[in-house]
Amino acid sequence: MLEIRDLVAGYGGVPVLRGVSLDVRAGEIVAVLGANGAGKTTLNRAISGLIRPDGGSIGFEGRALAGLSAPDIVALGLVHVPEGRKIFPNMSVRENLELGSYRRAKANRAANLERVFAIFPRLKERTGQSAGTLSGGEQQMLAIGRGLMAEPKLLIMDEPSLGLSPLLVEEMFALVARIAADGLAVMLVEQNVVQSLDLAARAYVLENGAIAMAGAAGTLKRDPTLMTTYLGL
Amino acid sequence: MPFQPGCRRLMLQIDILLSALANGLMTGAVYALIALGLTLVYGVLHVINFAHGATLTAAMFAVWAAHDGLGIDPYVAILILTPLFFALGYALQRFVIGPASHGSDSNILLVTLGLSIVIENALLAAFRSDTRSIDVPYGFSVIELGNLFLPLPKVIAFFASFLVAALLWGLMAHTDIGKAIRAVSREKTGAALSGIPVEHVYAVTFGLGAACLAVAACLLMPTFLVNPRVGNAFVLVAFTIVVLGGMGSVPGALIGGLIIGVVESLSGLYFGESLGQIGIFLIFILVLLVRPAGLFGARA
Repeated sequence: MLEIRDLVAGYGGVPVLRGVSLDVRAGEIVAVLGANGAGKTTLNRAISGLIRPDGGSIGFEGRALAGLSAPDIVALGLVHVPEGRKIFPNMSVRENLELGSYRRAKANRAANLERVFAIFPRLKERTGQSAGTLSGGEQQMLAIGRGLMAEPKLLIMDEPSLGLSPLLVEEMFALVARIAADGLAVMLVEQNVVQSLDLAARAYVLENGAIAMAGAAGTLKRDPTLMTTYLGL
Repeated sequence: MPFQPGCRRLMLQIDILLSALANGLMTGAVYALIALGLTLVYGVLHVINFAHGATLTAAMFAVWAAHDGLGIDPYVAILILTPLFFALGYALQRFVIGPASHGSDSNILLVTLGLSIVIENALLAAFRSDTRSIDVPYGFSVIELGNLFLPLPKVIAFFASFLVAALLWGLMAHTDIGKAIRAVSREKTGAALSGIPVEHVYAVTFGLGAACLAVAACLLMPTFLVNPRVGNAFVLVAFTIVVLGGMGSVPGALIGGLIIGVVESLSGLYFGESLGQIGIFLIFILVLLVRPAGLFGARA
């Protein structure tokens, strides 16, 4: 459903991604792994329309995304939960979630709100609380919940485990598994290699702005070069 | 038993004081309305809109022209000019200020400054520098409240300003576009990724700011006059209110407007009419010294 071919993207003419190709198929979890600075966030920003690619193509359900704005891409059902959460700190938990359906699935807002509260009961206890006062883990849940409010077909999650305690990281991966179990396609962009490979069906390893390895998650996990060469572990 | 002369003088003083207070509150409400537009735009775009004063002047000329040319009552003109100025503000931000500033805040500042010069001079060319006012039958009507005589247009302006502030508050708190405005004010990227069109939200905010000015102009004209520079005096006061109330705060603008109105009126009473604005700027300096974030502002 997501087809990226030879994507070149960067900032101010300096390329970060130098010809990336990858696919996410309907209903699967795909992990995109890479060390800091490998180009993971740039890849996400290009897919979701925050930056204009300098070359290559991005297709979603057979439709080229070139020239579409970030809200247009959300309207198609491709939703990006950004790194650093980017929630609205001055607004309540409920308002944050409501705005997730600003452009898409507005008619189902009430039902989806209940669905999100069922997945994240902790958010339900804090509906009126200002989002800026939530803990890091709760803010991450809120960011994912806001993404789910748009009834995405493909959810891109950028480093959902970043800055969370080990216990919360476990919980977060379990939640991602639960969300994907309903048939939602997930592109999980992570530094957390072991847990991501446990969860994903397939994975890509990004290194210096290009795909260095790709394959079934189980195969990659047993590959000794993965950890040492590409992820610097 | 007749009044003691001393007692009578005291009563008179209290009446004068009360009347100054009431006048200050009524003027302050319109100030608040002007400040509301300024603080709204500041809260979202994080820059002062220097074209605010010129836009107010333009709105006041529009009220004058509607009355003088077409015989439209200024209060009826609210219904026409508010949507018109919303559209004007929207278009200015979407098609002039936004594209011309290339995403840099300091550019927005300069573009709005440039716009203010263009608007002011266009008005000067069109209307000359004469001061104009409109004649309405109720211009000198008063409402008696005990010993107080309150000018009817000012009473209307007071309540109408509160009504607009309440409507604006409801819009910001309960509608999707209002929530989107608050979201964009703090988290642009998160807003875009939630499907909120950021440029559209900027333009709507600008439009709302201009719409506030259109209402303010309609409320002012029955008791005030217009010339091509009149907006600047108001915006200087509005800027003080925004700083006093807290940059970007809607309740701050409202309370700040009332305070400034009363201060101006009382310092006019005690220091003389021509020195009325001294109190305002004393307050301005005091706020900057003691509470730079303003009454309702987030502490930096």
